[in-house]
Amino acid sequence: MHDKRVLQDDGTLHLRPGERARAILTSRAFMFVVLALLVLGFIIAAQAKGVSANSLLSLFVRGTLLGGTLALGAIGVTLVFAVLKMANFAHGDTMTFGAYIGLLIIMLLPKGPPLAPFSFGYEFLVALLIVVPLIGLFTFGLDQALFRPLRNRRAQPIMFAMASLGLAFGLRSLVYIFWGADFTFYYVGRARPAVELFAGVRVRPDQLFILGLAIVLIVGVYLLLERTKIGKAMRATADNPDLARVSGIDTNRVILWTWLIGGGLAAAGGMLYALDVQLRPEMGWWLLLPLFASVILGTLGNAYGALAGAFIIGIVWQVSSAFINPTYGHGIAFLVMVLVLLVRPQGLFGGRK
Amino acid sequence: MTPLVIAKSALLAVPLWLVTSTLLPIKASWLKHLLSIVIGFGVAVAATLVVPTGGMSYITTFILMAGIYAVLSLGLNVQWGYTGLFNIGIAAFFAIGAFTSALVTTNMPTGANASFTKQLMGLGMPFWVGLVAAGIVAGILAWLIGKPTLRLRDDYLAIATIGIAEMVRLVFQNERWLANGPQPLRGIPQPLQCLAGNGCDWLPGFVNDFFAPLTPRDYPYIYVAIVALVLFLLYRVLERAIRSPWGRALRAVREEEASAAMNGKDVAAFRMQSFVVGAVIMGIGGGLYAHYVVSIDYGHFDPLYGTFLIWVMLMLGGSGNNRGAILGAFVVWGIWSGTSFAVDALRPTLAAISPDLPSRGPYIRLLFISILLLFIVLYRPKGLLPEEKVVSLDRDLA
Repeated sequence: MHDKRVLQDDGTLHLRPGERARAILTSRAFMFVVLALLVLGFIIAAQAKGVSANSLLSLFVRGTLLGGTLALGAIGVTLVFAVLKMANFAHGDTMTFGAYIGLLIIMLLPKGPPLAPFSFGYEFLVALLIVVPLIGLFTFGLDQALFRPLRNRRAQPIMFAMASLGLAFGLRSLVYIFWGADFTFYYVGRARPAVELFAGVRVRPDQLFILGLAIVLIVGVYLLLERTKIGKAMRATADNPDLARVSGIDTNRVILWTWLIGGGLAAAGGMLYALDVQLRPEMGWWLLLPLFASVILGTLGNAYGALAGAFIIGIVWQVSSAFINPTYGHGIAFLVMVLVLLVRPQGLFGGRK
Repeated sequence: MTPLVIAKSALLAVPLWLVTSTLLPIKASWLKHLLSIVIGFGVAVAATLVVPTGGMSYITTFILMAGIYAVLSLGLNVQWGYTGLFNIGIAAFFAIGAFTSALVTTNMPTGANASFTKQLMGLGMPFWVGLVAAGIVAGILAWLIGKPTLRLRDDYLAIATIGIAEMVRLVFQNERWLANGPQPLRGIPQPLQCLAGNGCDWLPGFVNDFFAPLTPRDYPYIYVAIVALVLFLLYRVLERAIRSPWGRALRAVREEEASAAMNGKDVAAFRMQSFVVGAVIMGIGGGLYAHYVVSIDYGHFDPLYGTFLIWVMLMLGGSGNNRGAILGAFVVWGIWSGTSFAVDALRPTLAAISPDLPSRGPYIRLLFISILLLFIVLYRPKGLLPEEKVVSLDRDLA
């Protein structure tokens, strides 16, 4: 943004009063204040409804756990946006697809006993190990078939979004055709008891596993982006694709890795979300809104921002269910997103535009 | 020719007349309309006589539904085709229009019904007031969602419209006081229903006599004429608007935002106007839908029927071309209905592959439609009827 300061009589540079107010209103600090006010509002609303501090705390913990799963999806959305400059509306359905391919593998493997205290057996881990690279390659294949011709044609950015919308519905129809419209579980009929973590906060061991694995994967992505050559190449391409290309970076390799990471994390996120809640053909479509809310909150294209955004959205989503109908959870994510778009569209970590 | 055939043909002649008069390349207006009415009525009589009654009602309801989708597709064409706004929450405006029109035209439930049906209001107003209200409320919703998003990159609008569509659906699913919650809102009045029953009090006797042979199950013949008239009116207004300076400015905003701004066009205002106008038309489409199906609930407005099909319609027909938008609606609705027959015919084969498959037939159609959209985006981005270069208002249209 160009400098809006004006020269005063005393020779100093100042903002006009209105512009100063605007600068404050769109600052990062103010965005945090808005978020803090939102949480404060939640707590007051919960008090008014007579929700105990204890159950608020456990909703907070549950939100953090949910944030881990959301982060896996959100990082993929934001990486694809950073490198390929496209909003991928098929990302949620990629998560669904990964979850169901995982179900297929679990069905094919001989059933083992649950790995106490978790509710899943070794098959789930094997399925995860197969599905993550498989879906990563699969999304790269789809990119080559659909998005590459569009890139070569230099199509408008919005055509990519439309192709991804068609892809989203196509993937979901495959899930419907092969698995039907009903919800299901990885282990139908297996009890998933919750244990007390601390101060009356009860969680299922599975959920701790989910958060742990999500953190491991996120740290892995961090190391890959920061410490490896391909990570550097990806960041360079995200910053300036043309400059990256002329400096000898192999764009196709960068695109391959973007989909491997983005698609793979989406598949992992889908399987973990399905393990926590249930498998449903629409689960990914419903997650799309919280995912994009996280990504926009944390600045489109910023992987660490997406991570922070995912945890904030997860917590806000869960805590809000203390006092409003929980089916509006997606609506809360949407509300946060609209707030961000009004106050600071570039997100928490974006520079001034 | 029985009086029934004549009554049905007269109603079916309305859409045929409007289509023919649009396509006939004759300058003299009176001659064009005379010819179109003759052709329309002739074709309608021939079809009613030749095609068996069941087939004819199917064709009528087909034209009717495709016509309603054509209204939605026209609305999307204003937003996407002319201005390049990526709205993937059509379902929001579709639903809000349908529910608004329903709440404005129904009567408040009384007696025992009051405990079964809860609704915010029931004004008992006529059909056209319902349609106008549907358009207005949908327009207000568009303004609210456009305000924070239209000044940003296109992707933000897209994701915000997904959000608003989900929100509208959730609200109509959960809020019983608003429009009977998860239960359907029933008893939405059908305009001119009396014509297919005991006759309308307010119409002159000879009109009632003319339509007297119609029975309530012939109602789609009446509604198809109403839908055709609304669609035609919207089409003419849009054609006129798009040839006006306003239409040129919209396309300028779509093509080169910077140069439009440099020429003194208020880009943000034009984007907002286009978004609201498109939403108003979608709201009217929702109203038309509600009065046809009589009973609506949140499930009617899912992302597939409420948004995705309409996108495929516009993309196939040709974005930026109003005739393309209408043609696309008919072709895609034809494919959608036709594949339903195909899947039914394939039932034994599907059952042989897996016992679950026949019941999942609709999803095979969804897969097909998704592939169709991808095919269009990749190989035919201009659609069947590409956008025409409209430089200025034709002399004869003015």
